[in-house]
Amino acid sequence: MHRFANPARFVKLARPATGWLLVIGLALAAAGIIGGLTLTPPDYLQGETVRILYIHVPAAWLGMAGWAGIAAASISQLVWRHPLAAVAGRATAPAGATFAALCLATGSIWGRPAWGTWWEWDGRLTSMLILLFLYLGYIALDAAERERGGEGRLAALFGLVGAINLPIIHYSVLWWRTLHQGQSITLTGSSIAPSLLWPLPLTMLGFTAVFVAVVLMRMRADLARTKLEARLRRAAAE
Amino acid sequence: MNPWPFVIAAYALTLLATAALVLLSWRSMRITEAAAEQLRK
Repeated sequence: MHRFANPARFVKLARPATGWLLVIGLALAAAGIIGGLTLTPPDYLQGETVRILYIHVPAAWLGMAGWAGIAAASISQLVWRHPLAAVAGRATAPAGATFAALCLATGSIWGRPAWGTWWEWDGRLTSMLILLFLYLGYIALDAAERERGGEGRLAALFGLVGAINLPIIHYSVLWWRTLHQGQSITLTGSSIAPSLLWPLPLTMLGFTAVFVAVVLMRMRADLARTKLEARLRRAAAE
Repeated sequence: MNPWPFVIAAYALTLLATAALVLLSWRSMRITEAAAEQLRK
């Protein structure tokens, strides 16, 4: 990790990676979406609405993975004072918030025909909504701290404490048996028929690659902004 | 209940939000990197 502590070295690696990740991610996501919309059969119980699964599951995964990334960056910032950790956390938050919001929205759209309701105060839905609020809180806290010239340590602490919500989201369907179905995919296998399942890894990988590309773009923008401000200060002093 | 309006709405929302996220991040990166580079010259 500390090999990439130098921002110049990071940008040198991130520059080609951004474009490649974006192109590969968009291609995989497009293949998964086309496959999921046109090639898979309707589910025997859910019918055509099952197709929402191919975008809802990646959105849920990225909403949670985004906060796991923020928690890892927070540890790196608080323990090792890694110079890119705060930049990484700040860059991840808007992307994570977008996918957490998409998870809630697509889940709600799926819920109307499948459950007969747009929303239910169920353990999984409520903990996911809390994750979205945590993202918004993190973004606001980081912006306020930056405005006061802080290093983002308070936001890092918030990022670490907020990670408590991740196991709650994951195990919510086991702890509270309410409307949201249990886990369909585990480390040992899946209860979804292979004829319905195959586009899911494509959209999962595709959206993940796009997510990483977005984080790299935002990190590069943040580093360039710091450089720009330093050069403006130097120019004003001369 | 016809399920297709729900499927289309979910996909349209996801694609629009993802496209907006990518385009805004790309634009912000290009503008700041270009400005920083221009000031170096």
